[in-house]
Parts: sequence; C-alpha cells; structure tokens
Amino acid sequence: MISPKLVEVGRHINIELITCSEVKNLSGEPGNFEVSLVNHPRYIDPVKCTGCGECSRHCPVTAVNQYNMKLDDRRATYIEYAQAVPLAFAIDTDSCIGCGLCENMCVAKAIQYDDKERETSVKVGSVILSAGSKGYDPSGLDFIGYEYPNVVTSEEFERILSASGPYFGHLMRPLDREEPKSIAWLQCVGSRDTNRCGNGYCSSVCCMYAVKEAMIAKEHAHGELDCAVFNMDMRTFGKDYEKYYLRAKDKDGVRFVKARVHTIIEIPETGDLVVQYADESGMMKEETYNMVVLSVGLQIQPDTAQLAKLLGIELDKYNFAETNTFAPVATSRPGIYICGVLQGPKDIPGSITEASAAACLAGTELVEARGTDIPKVEVAEEIDVTGQEPRIGVFVCNCGINIGGIVDVPAVREYAGTLPYVAYTDENLFTCSQDTQEQIKEKIKEHKLNRVVVASCSPKTHEAMFMETLEACGINKYLFEMANIRNQNSWIHSKEPEIATKKAKDLVRMSVARAAALRTLKEKVVPINKQALVIGGGVAGMNAALSLGNQGFNTVLVEKEAELGGFSRKLHHTIEGDDIQAYLKKLGDEVTGHDAIEVLTKARISGFEGFKGNFSTEVTLGTDNEKRKIDHGIFIVATGAGEYPPKEYLYKEDERVVTQVELSDILEKKGTDGLDSVVMIQCVGSRNDENVECSRICCQNAVKNALDIKKRNPETQVYVLYRDIRTYGLLEDYYTEARKQGVIFIRFDQDAPPDVQPSSDGLLVTVKDHILQQNLEIRADLVALSAGMVAEDTEEMSGIMKLNRNPEGYFIEAHVKLRPVDMPSDGVFLCGTAHGPKLITETISQAQAAASRATTFLAKDSIKLSAITAKVDTDHCVKCLTCVRACPFGVPEFNTNEKLIEINEAICHGCGVCASVCPRQTIQLSFYEDDQIISKIDALLEAGGM
Amino acid sequence: MRLDYPSNIKIIRLPCTGKIDVIHLLRAIQKGADGVYVVGCLEGNCHYNEGNYRARERVDHVRMLLEEIGLEGDRVRMYNLSSGEGPTFAAYAKEMTENIRSLGPNPLKDSAKA
Repeated sequence: MISPKLVEVGRHINIELITCSEVKNLSGEPGNFEVSLVNHPRYIDPVKCTGCGECSRHCPVTAVNQYNMKLDDRRATYIEYAQAVPLAFAIDTDSCIGCGLCENMCVAKAIQYDDKERETSVKVGSVILSAGSKGYDPSGLDFIGYEYPNVVTSEEFERILSASGPYFGHLMRPLDREEPKSIAWLQCVGSRDTNRCGNGYCSSVCCMYAVKEAMIAKEHAHGELDCAVFNMDMRTFGKDYEKYYLRAKDKDGVRFVKARVHTIIEIPETGDLVVQYADESGMMKEETYNMVVLSVGLQIQPDTAQLAKLLGIELDKYNFAETNTFAPVATSRPGIYICGVLQGPKDIPGSITEASAAACLAGTELVEARGTDIPKVEVAEEIDVTGQEPRIGVFVCNCGINIGGIVDVPAVREYAGTLPYVAYTDENLFTCSQDTQEQIKEKIKEHKLNRVVVASCSPKTHEAMFMETLEACGINKYLFEMANIRNQNSWIHSKEPEIATKKAKDLVRMSVARAAALRTLKEKVVPINKQALVIGGGVAGMNAALSLGNQGFNTVLVEKEAELGGFSRKLHHTIEGDDIQAYLKKLGDEVTGHDAIEVLTKARISGFEGFKGNFSTEVTLGTDNEKRKIDHGIFIVATGAGEYPPKEYLYKEDERVVTQVELSDILEKKGTDGLDSVVMIQCVGSRNDENVECSRICCQNAVKNALDIKKRNPETQVYVLYRDIRTYGLLEDYYTEARKQGVIFIRFDQDAPPDVQPSSDGLLVTVKDHILQQNLEIRADLVALSAGMVAEDTEEMSGIMKLNRNPEGYFIEAHVKLRPVDMPSDGVFLCGTAHGPKLITETISQAQAAASRATTFLAKDSIKLSAITAKVDTDHCVKCLTCVRACPFGVPEFNTNEKLIEINEAICHGCGVCASVCPRQTIQLSFYEDDQIISKIDALLEAGGM
Repeated sequence: MRLDYPSNIKIIRLPCTGKIDVIHLLRAIQKGADGVYVVGCLEGNCHYNEGNYRARERVDHVRMLLEEIGLEGDRVRMYNLSSGEGPTFAAYAKEMTENIRSLGPNPLKDSAKA
C-alpha cells in the first residue's frame, strides 16, 4: 500500500532524500536553521546502483534479517525490502567478510569498499520531526513466555502473515513450521501497565491490529482456526473501526475474552502454550493454544529521545513530545514541528493527518520564500508528428547481467530491427542510466524517431523517467511504450535462456505493434483560482481558514449560524484543563480580524458547479436570502457534528437525567451543590443497533467530568457504567487518575443495560456487576448520559456539492489511511467532526492538514491533467446513457441543451469502465484505445506465438 | 521476488480490469490463444470501486459464449489478488497453464494461422 507513496517521494523534484544519516546538531532560528548531519557509509553508491541485486545474490555471507524481525536471514550485501527508496543496496560491514565478490559482480561499478563516514550540513527554514517509535520489547517481562519459540510479538506475526515475510505468507509457527489451529492474542503488552513496564499510556493501535491479524490469520488458515483476543477493553474507537470489530466477533468467530493473562507455560513435548488467567467472575482458567501473539505497544526508543533532547524539544514522562492542546503539532522549540507516534500514540490515519498539519505549519513559516529554492524544469517545444509514418526506436536493456545474462540481447535487438516501422535499434548496459538518456535523445534527433520502445523493466518504476526523456527532445510523452523483459521474463525464466530470449522477442513485437498505434495526447492545463472556500465556522473551519489565510490565500469562511464557534461554544474545558471558551474567543478574533479571510455568517450553500481549481459556489445569505456567487479553486468541508439527543433513561422526562455536556454546564455554574452521588452511563446512542459506531470522545468526557466532580468535592460518589473504557493514547492517564480518586467503574453488557427509575430519594440505577454476578442498586442525585455524536444534517448540502456520506451521515475521505483529509473529488478536503467524532486537539491538526493539502493546489498557477481519460465520439453516440450509469465517479453527463454526452476530462479518473460498457464503442480511453490493446493481442498471436 | 512461472504467459497491461472488453478476450481466442485470463485486484479493493466486478461479469459472459460455440469456457478465467501477492500470482499462472494443458490446444489455432 505504501509503495506508490515511496516511489512518489523518491521521484519528487522538490524532495531531496538523505538516507543513512543522523542529525548531530541544529543551530539557528525559525526561517534559518542549519542542520549538521553525519552521513554513514553505505559502501554502495546509491547514484550508480541500479537495484538489480546481483551483489546480494552472490554475497556468500548470511546475516540476521532485522526487517523480518529476525525470523529469517539475508545477505551481508542487502536491501531492506523490495520496495525500498532509494532502490539501492548497502553493505552491512558488521557481517561482511570483505571477499570482494559483490564488487566483481557489480556491472554498474557501484561498490565502494573505501566509503567513509562524512559530515555535511543543510540549511532549512523549518524542521519536522517524525522519528516514530518501535514495538515494545517484551524480553524484560518474565511471565508471558516470550522466551518460548511459539510466543511471538505482533510485529513478528505481521511478518509471518506477509507474502514477502519469512514464511512467504503461510501461517506457520516458528518452532516446527506447523500451521497453528489455535492462536491467542494478549493485549496491552507494554501498554496500560505502570506496574511492570512503566508505560501508563494506551498505545491506541493494538486492539485494531489484533482484530486484523486474527481475521487475516483465519483467511490464511487451511482449516478451522480458533482465535482468542485477551483484553481489558476493546478499543476500536476510530471511524468505522467498531464495524470491523463486530465483523470479527459476530461473523468471523474471533473470540474476545475479558481478562489479563498472568502466566504462560510451554508444554515442552508439543511446543503448545498453556495460558492462565482469571475470568471476569474471578474464576481461575487455563486454556491451551498452539501459538501466542503478544500485542506489543508503541515505545519511543532511547535514541529518539536523545535526538529530541539534542534538538531542544521537551518530552513528557513517556518520552512523547510535549505539545499544547490547541497547537498539537508544534513542539516546545519554535520552528520545529512534530507528527506521528513521537507526538503521542496513534494509528496511520492520525499520523498522516498530523504529517500534513506539520507540513502546513512548516510551510507557513516559509511563505515569503515559497518557490524560490526549487529546481526548474525546462520543457522543449513539442514536435508535431501527426500524419507522420511511425518511426520507432527500440532500446533493449541488458540491466547489467539481469537481462543480458539470460536473454540473448543482441538477438532481440536484431529481431526488433526486422519489425514494421522500426527505424533504429540499440542495446544498452543500463537503459535507465543518465548517460543513456543523453544517447536516446541524440538518436531520436539523428534518426527522426517519433515513437520509442524501451525493452527493460517495469513501467511502474521507470516509465515516468523515460517519458521525461522523450519530452526533453520534443516528442509527446505518450508516444512511448515499455516491454518488461526483466521482471516478466529474465527473472522468471532464468533457467531457460532460450525460452527467455524467445519470450523477449514476443514482448518486444507486442510493444512495437502498440507503439505504432499510439497517438499524441495533450495534457490539458487548467488554471487554478487561488481563492479558497471553507464551509463551517467551528473549530475545524476556523483553523482551516486561518491556516490558509496565514499562507497568504484569500479564504471565504461560510457559517450557517449567526456566530462562529460551532459545537464547541457549548464546551468549557478540555480534559487537560485548557479553557475552550478563551481559545474560541482568541481564534474567532484572529479569523475575523485576518486580512485574507472573509467571514459570511447565516450563510447556506444553494448552488455549485465546477471542478478542481475552478469551482463556483452560490451562497444564500441572511434572512432576506441575498444570493452571492463565490469563485474558488478548492474547498474544505468542516460542517461539524452534534450531540445525540438521548431517548433512553428518562432523558427529558426527569430533569435529573442530563447529558455529559449539560453536566459540565451544571458543574461550571453551580458546582457540586446537592450532588452526593452521580452515575454516568456510557455508550448512549453509540455502539447500538441504531448507530453501530463508537463515538470516540464520550469515555474521556465521562472521565473529565468525573475528575472535575472529584476536584470540586472529593466526597461526591461517582459511578461510571461502561462497556469498554476507551481512553486511548495519553488519555489513559486520566482514567488511571479517576480510579485513584475513587471513581467507581462498573462494566455492563450490551444485552443487560442499566435501569434508571425515579425514587423518593433521587434516582435509582440498577446494573448487573460482573464480578459480583448480581444486581447493584445505586442511588443517584444525577444521572449523566454519555451521549454519542451524530453527524449534522448535511443531506441538502451533500446533494448540491456531490459529496459522499457514509450510512452514519459523516463525509467519506478519499482513502481511509493514505488520504485521510482528501475527499474523493480532487480539490475538495475534509476536516473536523464532519469526518467523524473526534477531540478538539485532533480536529485542529486535521484542519491544518486539510489546509496543507489544499495548498498543494493553491500554490500552483495551473495544473496539468492526465491525458489518460475517456473521450466520447459524439457523432456516433446514441445517447443510451449506459456510461452515465456505469461510471463509478458520475463523470459522464448528458448535456440537455446540446443533447450530447459529455465527459469532463478534468474529473475523469481514467479507469475505462465507460469505454468497455459503451455498446457502440463510441468511447475510447486514451492510451488504452481498443486498437492499441488489440494490436498487442494480434502481434502476440500472429507468429503463432504462445 | 523472481518467482518462477510458465513462460507461455504474456501480460498485457490495462489501467483497471474494468477496461477489459469481451472483444479483447474473444479476439485472443479467435487469433489462436489457448487461454486468456484476467488478473484484477481483490474483490472490494478496486481502486476504481467496482472495475473488477465488471471484469468478472464479462469473463463469465465470454465463458458462456465459448461454451455456446462448442469451445471450453474454462479457457478464459478471472483471478483476483493484491499487488503484494507475488507467490499467489505465480501459483495462479501455474494453475491456469495446467488447466489449459488439460484442455489441449485451441482448435481455432489452425484456422487463425491460415
């Protein structure tokens, strides 16, 4: 999943990658830092290394493979994993014996045994620290059996399940490589444990990954597999996470056991493991499993803490960076920003969101210098080749010996010369090397080539680079085709050189045929309107607008209410004790006083058209319904969410039953007067049939109010009736504190919810206690319901702006993990509770992230669209509307004025579904037109190939 | 990963299996290919939401058409896997090759050459 991201980072013209290096010092101030680096020797020149891997294949030394968690081995000359960026090998000198074999084998002459440690420095304006964490090392715990071979950590189990892992994705246990029939997961190893490891925090991710591992293990198993997850609370609090948990529990039969295992003993004869625990009623239990997985928490490594110290950044007691609730990605040192687990325990979507937020703040600091320090790309004027007979140049790559060692490259080249339209052929040691690019350019000019075929490796990694070479000499980049004679041929058929040579010829013939059928394609350039629109004036919308305004982009902020602030206007303080109203006041003043921000209140969206870079939205203002049109290049959706209005537990019938928000109001205004006993009930309006999702924030809300009560009056009894306490991340400390303060937490089952009845003496709450196995009756002066969150009613708006929502009414992001603040349509971004329930601090980083993603559009004057889009031949189209119905993105439209089908190339994703459903073949997907595909089929089969 | 799989397999790249057309599959059989198979993303994981479901429908349709004209429908198949599953890809390639071997050469091959 991350490999496209890796490739993008590796190829990005504005990103310089410095690997194998450590920061030794940081001096200067925001806007002008100097970073001193130590560059460790790699012993292989990454510029010369082509990543072919011959060095590693011939290395005689075996070393432990850290990447696969020491479960298998690698060579001393190695690359961590196949998708690594840069794709360059390194020599591990701790195990290298200096035999010189790799140097002899390397055709690219990249091996440098005399490589030395160097010191360099870079000048930068801002710094982002994303040093991350590792899995907790359980070796120090003596009771969970990590010394037994069949007890593995979750990190090790991930590698076991991976297709590129030590067992090639086969589910096996380490001792005897047998497939386990039963696996137990132990949660909270290295988390929520102040007693044995000192990590009081919850690592936030282990519950979800344990569920995932159990589901995947079941998929990989060849028969029945019993999966049991031993947990204290299941913390599946993220967007759509509860559904996943329920699927595992109810459909896939994963068992969830509420217990903390105290002892694991191996049965020496079988390698099986006896798991001992006390169940909820206190009974001692013993179960035997073939394998045990320890769900290890996230741990900041000592060298990371050292680095933070060196940079002058303050850390908390667990070594996470100290940050402010209202500035979640700013560290204690100005100009240094933070993201990922070093900021606090979090999952991938949270980390990626913070990464964008940190980029936003780092960029804000450098606004004046934007665009000054980036390389410029000169593009040659394009030569018009339409109407010309194809003149194809074929370049066959040896890839060192990767292809040339197996395939008879001269024969393939000679054969290519016999094919129709081929005007020039050549063979290269490495067609991708810099000097070969220059040669290709010369040959294109010399032989007036108008199409190029490179027979080498995968277009996935190299197509973009070769296309750039074509562009540099004025040839349209879509007149290029690759034949993959390495990954799909020489690597696969290395033992059969003759067959490989024959197949290489077939592949080249197919590519030449397609190349002849390729057409010049124009990438449409659309200008970007530099104004932004932000919808919703709560904490999310205001932060998004402010972030954009501070980057110098004019922003219109629309709010349906008369006042800014959104739901937060009802809140008093955060669990950390920060004053929300003071923050809102300051934020509102900043927004309304900002030169670049225009605020429109009492505004509703009433019309919308356009696409990325060029939107136009109609807003209806005030009570007299004045209409106004706003042109904008991007927009950010921040419409928020509200509190669920409870129907349960006598709410609205008895005034002594309130929501948590109302309770905090009472505490703020009247304190604990008359409150001797308060009962809180969790999951009201969440995790039930009506709303299956967890509302994420209610557990910490209850803990916050409980602590507030205890602070005001330690004598007041507070009972929290819960199903799972989900105080994730650093919030766990407050849960621990609440128990210390005497707040009583009682777990109940979804099937046996508590009962609330009025009585002569307040309210009577009845709940079945799991430990005592009987009903408890609690007298309460007040019952506070932890009402969940509900999405705002945005049906009308989502209809007008064509924004997708999930069944719960929250807007849907483009990709849950990789693009958490982008919406599926380009140029549209999402933040705050409109995306799903979340805390203020999370909302702020998400708003900054959305602004950051928006900046990637706004900072440009224009964008180039991909030319791989669908085109309709309107002369032959019969307007059957099949394409309109089939397109997964709703792109084809029937223009009722012109009576034509229109496909807007600015929003077409290029999947080709419309082209293949069109009954009259009047739609073609450029670059994959029918004749281009069929030319390959025909070319393959014409010589009686196969 | 350099996993071995039969050399009689030649890959044609498409942006999404949703782009595969009945005509493409039939053309290959008409021109004498002994078998054709489509490899798409795992069901539910299509980058374009539903392209691979459409591909499966078309593959099923082509299988039916082949049966109708007296050829074996099993000369055309659909497989699903994720891009991280090299070994599965190789396993499917072998499976398909063995399947085609058991069916024998495409009877249209001689007429295609003529």
